[in-house]
Amino acid sequence: MQNMGWNKLFAVSLLTLAITGCASSGGTTDEAAVTETAMEESQTQAVPGSPDVDVVTEEQAAMAANPLLDQTVIYFGFDRSEIRPEFKDILNAHAEYLVANPQARVVLEGHCDERGTVEYNLALGERRANTVKRYLVVQGVNPSQLESVSFGEERPAVVGSDDSAWSKNRRTEINYQAR
Amino acid sequence: MMRIYLFALCLVLSTVAKAELTIEITQGIASSIPISVVPFQYNGKSTPDEGVDNIVRDDLERSGHFSVLAPRDMLSHPHSEEDLYFRDWRLLKQEYVVMGVMTELSTNQYQIRYQLFDVFNERELLTQTLKGSSTQLRDVAHRISDAIYEQLTGIRGAFSTKIAYVTTNPQRTRFNLSIADSDGAREKVILSSKYSIFSPAWAPDGKRIAYVMLEDSGSKVYVQDITTGKKQLVSANKGLNSAPAFSPDGNKLALTLSKDGNPEIYVVDLNTRHWLRVTNHYGIDTEPNWMPDGKHIIFTSGRSGNPQIYRKNLESGYLERLTFDGHYNARARLAQDGRFLVLVHQAKQGGDFHIASLDLTRGLLQILSSDTYLDESPSVSPNGVMVMYAAKHNKRSILAAVSVDGDVKFLVPSKNGDVREPAWGPYPN
Repeated sequence: MQNMGWNKLFAVSLLTLAITGCASSGGTTDEAAVTETAMEESQTQAVPGSPDVDVVTEEQAAMAANPLLDQTVIYFGFDRSEIRPEFKDILNAHAEYLVANPQARVVLEGHCDERGTVEYNLALGERRANTVKRYLVVQGVNPSQLESVSFGEERPAVVGSDDSAWSKNRRTEINYQAR
Repeated sequence: MMRIYLFALCLVLSTVAKAELTIEITQGIASSIPISVVPFQYNGKSTPDEGVDNIVRDDLERSGHFSVLAPRDMLSHPHSEEDLYFRDWRLLKQEYVVMGVMTELSTNQYQIRYQLFDVFNERELLTQTLKGSSTQLRDVAHRISDAIYEQLTGIRGAFSTKIAYVTTNPQRTRFNLSIADSDGAREKVILSSKYSIFSPAWAPDGKRIAYVMLEDSGSKVYVQDITTGKKQLVSANKGLNSAPAFSPDGNKLALTLSKDGNPEIYVVDLNTRHWLRVTNHYGIDTEPNWMPDGKHIIFTSGRSGNPQIYRKNLESGYLERLTFDGHYNARARLAQDGRFLVLVHQAKQGGDFHIASLDLTRGLLQILSSDTYLDESPSVSPNGVMVMYAAKHNKRSILAAVSVDGDVKFLVPSKNGDVREPAWGPYPN
C-alpha cells in the first residue's frame, strides 16, 4: 500500500500541477491494470492524507510532472515476454525517475492470462518481470532498486475468459515500494 | 476361487464430510459389459450410513466399462446361490451378477461377503469377505469394485485411490487444498490459505503431498504430511520455487528454480538436501516429471520458441525432444509405465487448449478432450486408465476425466466455487 513517500508525490502532483495519479496498490485490483478509469477515485482518496509537502525536493517534483510515471502497467502478447515499442516511453520515464532517485524501490510483478499451464505461466510471468527489469537496468537503473516476482495466472487484473480480459492480464506491474 | 480376508482396514479417516464434488458421466464405451449388482442383504439392528452395493454400482458405471442394471429392472433380488436363476439374468442380457450379504458383527463392525458370477458359464468367478467399521464401508465398497474390475478387465482397479485438488471461492481470496475419494466423496481440507496453492504432487507412499504456495514475496515449495498436517518448507530460493514432483522412490523431489536467473529443473534429495541442477538453458524449463525408472526426467521447455516436451537422462545427460505435433505442448504426465504421455496441447497458435495423449512408441498424438475448454493440469490414475484434468465449463473451473483411449468421459463439478489442479494419488498400501 501507499507509504509516506507515495503520499508526498501525490501531494506534489495534485497541489502544484493538478495532475492526477493512480496508486498502484501492489494488490491486483482492476484499478491497477486500467489506470485511466481509476484516476478519479485515487485522486479523491489521496487528497486528505498528504502532509509534509515542503519536504519534497524540487527534483522529485519535476519528476512527478512526467505523466508517464502514472502508467505503471506494461502489457504483453500471448506467450510473449518482449517489450512492445509503445511501452518504451513509459519505461524510459520510470528509468529516469529511478536513476534520479536512488532511494526509490520498485517491485516488478509479472502476470499472465489464464491460457496455458499454471507452471509455464509462472515461469512466463517471471520472464515478463525480468525483461522489464533488464530494460530498466540497461537505461542505467541500479539493479538493487528492482525486485521481480511472478504471480503467473494466479492474480488476474480482470476476471473473464475473453480476449479483452486476457490482454489486460498479460502484464508487468511496476509497484513503487519507496519513492 | 479366490478368497481374500481383509481384517480391519487400517485407514485414518476423518468424520464423513459432505462431498463437494459430484460426478456426471458424459460418455461411456459402446461395448460396455452388462453387469447387475443385486442390492445386498443386510443382517443387523442399526442402519449403516453407506449402501455398499450402491457405491459399487456407481464405481462400475463411472468407469465407463460397465453398463449397470438398476435394481428396479431386475426380476429378483437373490442373496444366495439357491435363489440365483441364471436364465433370469440371461433374459435381461446380463453377463455378470454380483450378490452380497452384509452382517453387523458388533456395534459399528460389519462383515460383507459377496460373490461375482459369470451368467453364461453359470459359475462363480470371485468371492471375498471383508470387514470394516461404518466409516470404512466406503473403503470396503471401493475394494469390491477394484476386485470386480480387475477380474473382468484384467486391469487393476483404482476406485480405492484418492485425489487431491484445490478449490477457490469466486473472489479468489481463499484457497483450500483438499483430498477426497476418487469419486469425490469424503472430502477433507488439508490446507486452507489466502494464498494461491497449486501443483499438488503425491509422494509414492501416499502419505505426503508437495505443493506450491504463491505468497506475496513469490512462490515456495512445501511438503506436507497428510496425517499430521505438518508442513515443511523445501524451497524458498530467490525467484521461482515451483512444479514439485516426487521421484519414484519418494526420496527426491524434482522442481523448478530460477535462483540462477532463469527457470531450470533441479533435483533435491529430501534426506541429504543435496541439490542437483538438471537443465541449463536460457529458455523456460519447468514442469518436471519422473520416468518410472527414476533415471529420466521429462519436462516442458520453451527452448524451441514454444513450449514442447523433452526427456533428459540424469546419468548420461542425453536430451531428447518428445513432442513435435502442435504449437504448445506442456505439463506432460506419464501413463502406463511411460508408454504414453498425457499433456496439455494447443494444435496451432490461437487455438483451443485440450488434453492429448502421445504414444511414445508409435509417435501418435490423440486429442482426448474436445467438449471442455482451457483444459489443463492432466493427472493420470495409477492404473494408467483415466486422466483427470481441470477445465472451464459454464464459466467455472471444474474437474473432468477422460480415459487415455478417449472412450470414457465424465465431469466432476464442484457444488460451489472453482476447483482446479487435480492430482491423482497412488494405490493405497
